[in-house]
Amino acid sequence: MLKSQTLRILLIGLAVVVAASFLPLGVSGYVLGLLTVAYYFGVFSMAWDLLFGFAGEVNFGPTFLIGTGAYTAGILDNLYGLPIWVCVLAGTLAAVVGGLILALPALRVRGPYFGLTTLVAVLMLQNFIVVDAGLTGGEIGLTVPDVLTISEVVNYQIALWFMAVSGAILFALSRSPVGLILQASGQDDVQAGALGFNVTKHKLFAFIISAFFSGLAGALLVFYFGSASIGTLIDVTVGVQIIIAAVLGGRRTILGAVLGAVFLIAMSEVLRPLGDLSNFTVFALALVVVLVFPNGFFGLLTRHKESV
Amino acid sequence: MNDCASLDVGHVTKRFGGLVAVKDISLNVKAGEILGLIGPNGSGKSTVMKLIMGIVRPDAGSVRISGQEVAGLPSYKIARMGVGIVFQHSRPLHRQTVLENIKLALLPDKLTRLFADPGIEARVRAIAERVGLSAVLDRLPSTLPFADLRKIEIAKAIARDPKVLLIDEPFAGLTQQETAAFSQLIAELRDDGRAILLVDHNVKSVARLVDRVLAMYVGEQIAEGSAEQVMGDETVRRVYLGGSIETAARPESAFSDAATPFLEVEKLSVHYGKAQALEDVSIHVHAGEFVSVVGLNGAGKTTLFNAISGLLPYVGEIRQQGHALRGLSAARVARNGIVQAPEGRELFVDMTVRENLDLGAHHLAPDESATQIEWLFELFPILRERQGQAAGTLSGGEQQMLTIARALMMKPKLLILDEPTLGLAPIILEQISHIIETLRRTTSISMLLGEQNVTFALPHADRVYVLEHARIVWEGPPNRFAAEAGRGYL
Repeated sequence: MLKSQTLRILLIGLAVVVAASFLPLGVSGYVLGLLTVAYYFGVFSMAWDLLFGFAGEVNFGPTFLIGTGAYTAGILDNLYGLPIWVCVLAGTLAAVVGGLILALPALRVRGPYFGLTTLVAVLMLQNFIVVDAGLTGGEIGLTVPDVLTISEVVNYQIALWFMAVSGAILFALSRSPVGLILQASGQDDVQAGALGFNVTKHKLFAFIISAFFSGLAGALLVFYFGSASIGTLIDVTVGVQIIIAAVLGGRRTILGAVLGAVFLIAMSEVLRPLGDLSNFTVFALALVVVLVFPNGFFGLLTRHKESV
Repeated sequence: MNDCASLDVGHVTKRFGGLVAVKDISLNVKAGEILGLIGPNGSGKSTVMKLIMGIVRPDAGSVRISGQEVAGLPSYKIARMGVGIVFQHSRPLHRQTVLENIKLALLPDKLTRLFADPGIEARVRAIAERVGLSAVLDRLPSTLPFADLRKIEIAKAIARDPKVLLIDEPFAGLTQQETAAFSQLIAELRDDGRAILLVDHNVKSVARLVDRVLAMYVGEQIAEGSAEQVMGDETVRRVYLGGSIETAARPESAFSDAATPFLEVEKLSVHYGKAQALEDVSIHVHAGEFVSVVGLNGAGKTTLFNAISGLLPYVGEIRQQGHALRGLSAARVARNGIVQAPEGRELFVDMTVRENLDLGAHHLAPDESATQIEWLFELFPILRERQGQAAGTLSGGEQQMLTIARALMMKPKLLILDEPTLGLAPIILEQISHIIETLRRTTSISMLLGEQNVTFALPHADRVYVLEHARIVWEGPPNRFAAEAGRGYL
């Protein structure tokens, strides 16, 4: 029964993605640009949901993983002019290694301390970038010589299908036996241990997967923007937006995170005429949604099916 | 089939800070045998279970599974060596069906398994058939009755076919009929050749099932033998029932407010989700009267007190001097004179003794507060000495005294004491006992005392209620308790 549900959600998702791939026929380049960024942020949020929703660990530092991937890729391109795909791979690898170095000690501490550790990691990375400005571009930002493509439509399609594939993998993983063990470890680690599961191993695995997709998306985003900066990729407020998107979309749903990311970026665009008040309004709206619909958008969409 | 016992625990000791939770406990369970591990709340029996499972590590001693040493290993390794545990509280995955919840327990601990074995569902169905969950496999846990949730826990624990099965309070919260079915199931699991350790509060509830019983009290073994032997054991009787009980009960007619008692609880019912915690409970306390509510852990004592204190929604009526308390906040109930010293103590552990006491008095006028604290320091001299010390650094007994003192700072008309003896050594009990006696002799306070320790509850009571499975089953003066209601407490 559940297998068919997983399959059905994946098929519906595919249909939505195929439909979205025809958007360039009807909307302006400006809107495509916004959606491109939203899709990358959707991947950030999905990767975060795997850690929070399933492994039960609140990672306040998603931007540590993203930033490590993005800056590694950007710096390699800048210094050595390596092919983009080599830089992206190296960035992804760096995020995974960085994630491991962070997670190994962080997973030894419980509850809020894990979150604090990840938060401190973001601040350290941010400081490193500012201090080592010669390498990283510091507060001004890093400009890379190469971009994925200059075509808005191609950039849009790359982001869309990258998000689709990442989402399918993360979603399938969350519904697999590994996802089941992960969820049990997140909810009750004592019981999971008593059932013979090495809880730390499973949480570490989740962290690595999360780091992989965060780093990969971060590295790709650098070659979409043609630049990297603290304000767009690393700042704590960026991390908070990723978290809000995931919670808005629906905790423990993976795919909901994409809805949340698109919603956040669309709303800040729609509310732009409000000027300084626009961000405030977006966050206030997000707060209302979280309080009234704690299961998020995705929870609303699937509620009927679950109650039947 | 095997010479050494399936489970062999030798001289384990576990300390938490200054508290020795388990002291030099040894036990063994052979294949095809059930050992009952019993003891009152706080005796350390659950800690023994956690030591075996590797959830906490022993400070000393050995734990052997079929001869292999496992002490100090993480629990997932111990689980794989053939130990399963049924937790008292069921915490299933709520988004997954019963089938998926059981399937979880059958999955290998591997990261590479993206698809489960095709045969796994057949195994889930076989296990479900065995524990009686076949009909509800596709439902979500939240739609199931309490007994079925317990069955899910058993199903998970036996999924990997453990040689040793630990079961924590197997019958807590079950009806008699469900208890019979569970006993049957546990007996069958023993007949498969498993070694089973049942952990429970008293002998009576597991007597029919166990082959042997080991009794614990404040971390130490006090008796071992057949259920009959342990029930007849002098020490066990003293721990559970007390020796000859001297009571100084005052008859109900001695209280002047016979028509409208100070506190009246009428047909009180409380539900926690599906579990009924109280059913049609009616009690009353006269002004100045000391009343004990006796019941085992889980009987509903704390629920009763929390409902009176305004902490829980309920059906029924609770009145103070004739006025209904419904709708009053917990803070208002306390200020009106019904004050609870809760079971968990709930001290502010980082604040000093004095600060904790001052918090209890924050609505009193300064001179009133000074008089009150002076009186309390006379009642509890140790607290005067410890004034400047952080509450968290006090011993268990001192913390309990501080809890009572803080409640008394509020100048209660009715003091509710919930399990003041929990986990305390006998000598401390005597001191607390003395304080309660002083309160009874020298003040006009009424007292409602909740206890599973009958020895402690009876001498202080003018009247006793027995709470069992959410209902009041007996009411009377303390001197008739042993004869009429005592046997259930062994």
